[in-house]
Amino acid sequence: MSVKKSVVVLDYGFGNVRSAVRALEHIGLEVKLTSDFETAMAADGLVIPGVGAFAACMAGIEAVNGPALVDARLIAGAPILGICVGMQIMFDRGIEHDQECNGLGQWPGTVTKLPASITPHMGWNTVQAPEDSLIFAGLAHESFYFVHSYAAQEWAMTDTDKYQKPPLVTWCNYESPFVAAVENGPLTAVQFHPEKSGEAGLGLLRNWALTLT
Amino acid sequence: MTLGIRVIACLDVDQGRVVKGVNFEGLRDAGDPCELALKYSNEGVDELVFLDISASHSDRSTTLDVVRRTADTVFIPLTVGGGVRSVDDIDALLRAGADKVSINTAAIARPDLLREAAERFGSQCIVLSIDARREPEMPSGFGVTTHGGRRSAGLDALEWAQTGAALGVGEILLNSMDADGMQTGFDLEMIGAVRTIVNIPVIASGGAGRLEDFAPAVQAGANAVLAASVFHFGQLTFESIKNDLAGRGIPVRAVQVAGMDGP
Repeated sequence: MSVKKSVVVLDYGFGNVRSAVRALEHIGLEVKLTSDFETAMAADGLVIPGVGAFAACMAGIEAVNGPALVDARLIAGAPILGICVGMQIMFDRGIEHDQECNGLGQWPGTVTKLPASITPHMGWNTVQAPEDSLIFAGLAHESFYFVHSYAAQEWAMTDTDKYQKPPLVTWCNYESPFVAAVENGPLTAVQFHPEKSGEAGLGLLRNWALTLT
Repeated sequence: MTLGIRVIACLDVDQGRVVKGVNFEGLRDAGDPCELALKYSNEGVDELVFLDISASHSDRSTTLDVVRRTADTVFIPLTVGGGVRSVDDIDALLRAGADKVSINTAAIARPDLLREAAERFGSQCIVLSIDARREPEMPSGFGVTTHGGRRSAGLDALEWAQTGAALGVGEILLNSMDADGMQTGFDLEMIGAVRTIVNIPVIASGGAGRLEDFAPAVQAGANAVLAASVFHFGQLTFESIKNDLAGRGIPVRAVQVAGMDGP
């Protein structure tokens, strides 16, 4: 008899979280939308959604004790999936409209405006995933739905810890390259919206769900 | 890695039902926007637009229910518009599961609604819908209309597009009221004119009739092409349009095989 894996979608008052919740339910997970610390710690997986402005999302996350929650889960090796701005805030900082805002600092680097002729980068794009990526397994040629004007355009982490598997970085290109996804131990994040990327997105969520223990 | 040109289907919804005589075999209820949305998603549409044409406020609450049911089962982007008057209307639609909300007449009456909406919810989910037609007396030759194209709003369409972009909308849905329903092709000149003055995505709408109508709209500068009746009456498939675009060197998302998902 199999027991459904549990996922908490962090509820901090931002974003269209309904789609994320339904997509995760659709692939067979037990989903709770909450910001309760203990519930979020106990879940097999934590999903951090996010749309809109970096600073507003950070303020929302801080208001629900999100930074401590992320730290505590990662120290325990418990999986987290950040989506869109929920990915961007994992970096050191974001700069929007000349305003700098600190992120959660899980990864070095700054989230900046895409230097493209038309923004937002809106629509379906393909990505360049490393061969050993878990979340893109079987999805190498698929397109995913992006809606964003900002992104991490450099990957600055150097692999210094020989005992740790180096992070897997997936790139996308919209006139210039930017980071589309990172798989770094328990911390996974995607710049696009898997919950809005049709079958490919559901496949990616299933792949992530397989990493939950 | 190239961003695909989006092919978008628009469904007119009245009192929770699809209008414009949709007729498909194999659907339990072809008048249910949710079922039609799922069918289109499975057939490879990139994005969906629901245009609520309900006359009364109480009918629009039915639309919220339709949006909820659709967002629960269809996992591609959904824009909802029609009768959106306030930040509260937008909030209700986003909470129901819409990814983007399009604003039209209410913004003409009060442009600041666009700024307030973009600041509160983010530019990425606010679409400015412009019903435009050729009006020789306007500086650009293109004017904004209201009431389904029957009245002039006394606004230059290009200036209005520029104002919307400056107020923070993330995208422009450009409907040609001259071309709408004619099935003789998009208004390429208008698309090109708007493309040159804004740096946000432009969705071309109005006039699609034949397969070969779509590529010129993209070449004129559209980032997405929207149609309604050619899909509803089964004249064209998303796959045929995408194959045609791809054959002309225009990047599109490949149509996925549907029905692979459980449970």
